[in-house]
Amino acid sequence: MTETTSQPIPAQSKRGLFQQLELDMRLLGMIGAFVILCIGFNILTDGRFLTPRNIFNLTIQTVSVAIMATGMVFVIVTRNIDLSVGALLATCSAVMAVVQTEILPDMLGMGLNHPLTWILTIIVGLAVGTAIGAFQGWMVGFLTIPAFIVTLGGFLVWRNVAWYLTDGQTIGPLDANFLVFGGTSGTLGTTLSWAVGIVATVLALAALWNSRRAKQGHGFPVKPAWAEAVMAMIIAGSILGFVAILNAYQIPARRLKRMLEAQGETMPEGLVVGYGLPVSVLILIATAVVMTIVARRTRFGRYIFATGGNPDAAELSGINTRMLTVKIFALMGFLCALSAVVASARLANHSNDIGTLDELRVIAAAVIGGTALAGGFGTIYGAILGALIMQSLQSGMAMVGVDAPFQNIVVGTVLVAAVWIDIVYRKRLGAR
Amino acid sequence: MSNAKELRASGATPLVEMKDISISFGGIKAVDHVSVDLYPGEVVGLLGHNGAGKSTLIKILSGAYQMDTGEIRVNGNKVEITNPRDARAHNIETIYQTLALADNLDAASNLFLGRELTTPFGLVDDSAMEAECRKIMHRLNPNFQKFSEPVSALSGGQRQSVAIARAVYFNAKILIMDEPTAALGPHETQMVAELIQQLKAQGIGIFLIDHDVNAVMELCDRASVMKNGQLVGTVDIDDVTDDDLLSMIILGKRPGVAAA
Repeated sequence: MTETTSQPIPAQSKRGLFQQLELDMRLLGMIGAFVILCIGFNILTDGRFLTPRNIFNLTIQTVSVAIMATGMVFVIVTRNIDLSVGALLATCSAVMAVVQTEILPDMLGMGLNHPLTWILTIIVGLAVGTAIGAFQGWMVGFLTIPAFIVTLGGFLVWRNVAWYLTDGQTIGPLDANFLVFGGTSGTLGTTLSWAVGIVATVLALAALWNSRRAKQGHGFPVKPAWAEAVMAMIIAGSILGFVAILNAYQIPARRLKRMLEAQGETMPEGLVVGYGLPVSVLILIATAVVMTIVARRTRFGRYIFATGGNPDAAELSGINTRMLTVKIFALMGFLCALSAVVASARLANHSNDIGTLDELRVIAAAVIGGTALAGGFGTIYGAILGALIMQSLQSGMAMVGVDAPFQNIVVGTVLVAAVWIDIVYRKRLGAR
Repeated sequence: MSNAKELRASGATPLVEMKDISISFGGIKAVDHVSVDLYPGEVVGLLGHNGAGKSTLIKILSGAYQMDTGEIRVNGNKVEITNPRDARAHNIETIYQTLALADNLDAASNLFLGRELTTPFGLVDDSAMEAECRKIMHRLNPNFQKFSEPVSALSGGQRQSVAIARAVYFNAKILIMDEPTAALGPHETQMVAELIQQLKAQGIGIFLIDHDVNAVMELCDRASVMKNGQLVGTVDIDDVTDDDLLSMIILGKRPGVAAA
């Protein structure tokens, strides 16, 4: 029982370029499709698609769906589905709208734009979202009602709870501090964005280095040093390039003048200020990092994938799969509330139709991103890339001038085709 | 083999006693007042037709089912086993017929499923688990190499090694094997047989469920035969022939020789 000699590890055999980089072929395929899509639209729009301005808008439009898609990965990986995310977003948005425009200012006498309003509002919103999600998860896990039915019911219930709470009216304007989470009204500016970009790059490279060290420490095979260096350069280049693009989008002169006048200053001649990273994008990045760590490095995440792969084995291994279901749906509810913050802040008001059809966009993003409906497979970055592809497709077609009905026809077709390509790809890899 | 026999004769406390166990599913008595026991370093075979109740009996011990009546004692102490976690807490490990592996995860993740090694920050420590996995697999199945692939890419024997490693790694005192060789070729079956001898020598008690009378004759010290949910009898393997066991399985009667 105490044998310590470890098994000899075979020398790395010669392998292909991509294998040495240990890049996920599926991820490469998606990035390839995305790049082709962007270049295609850029040509069709005479270069208007890949401008800093459009990339900035595309990014902030994607955030809401992308945040929810990360949670949907966990739901689908465990062989469930959540059809209620758009309606849940609406309920959270309605609750937060009422809290920040009526309850906090009037009932508690805090007045409009009190510095505590935004944080109290968000806490209430997140709590409501998590509670509703947990309740739906409890019905799926403990009452064993199929998730499809629970969330189909939830879809009708929460959409109309939101309606009831607001009498179907648009509530706005929202709290001024709350709007910071929306996008254009809340960006870091160029200097701070560069700082964030550099810190992120350093952290990402440190993580890469650490993982290599851990593997070497146990004597496992590692990538060749040149492959590691290429990866490091790609990572650093993407992060800093992204920041550079968002910094290059300048705040329009008139808007800048108004902003400065609001602060009691006059605008100097020829002043140019870039937007930089939007706060909402930072929230998405933080969500993506946390969710990726949860998926790969926590017991909770490990149990999610084990349960998706073989629910019986998970149960027999002593995993409490019912409680796991509750936690997954609670997390989904939390993320819906977070999306509601971003979505309503971006629109600067709560409207009755907020989040309509989001459930389908979110599921489509997760599925295009490689989450298998049969369970057990899915990645957070895939889902986010899926959301980005969907949004690019939609707004690219709008820019080109494709009629609205055709836009949806194309998106639907792409969804089905993407899943078909995925099936073919998995078959060729062998039954994985 | 004689060790376990002497232990039994000396009146030592059994490792496990399942006394008067009954369980019904929708009016059908799947297990009907059955008692079996197991001593350290002993292999007890559980024999019977499909539907005789042997798998059901053993799933009560592993925590997958809850009995209606009866009691379970481990080392003489009465224990409550209501789920697989309870069973594991009493060092009862099970290797299921269906292997109970998550196909989409690699060998190390399956080995540690439900009991992951973690870093000081509470995160799953994949490198440490892979290192431990390499050690134990080297001992059980030196040919095993596919550490970074999902177990769906493994052969039947390799999957079985992972399932066995899971039981062995966590210092099982009581091991339940549900047809461990059903999915295996001759070479791999031999490997499992050798492993059983190794584990016996370490004082582990093993319940071996099998259809194959010859396997039971070869590997077990005693055999308990079940038919229609009831215990036909428990016999010492040294006292019976394979024909005796077959007639117990088929006719549900104890042979005259062994009845004494």
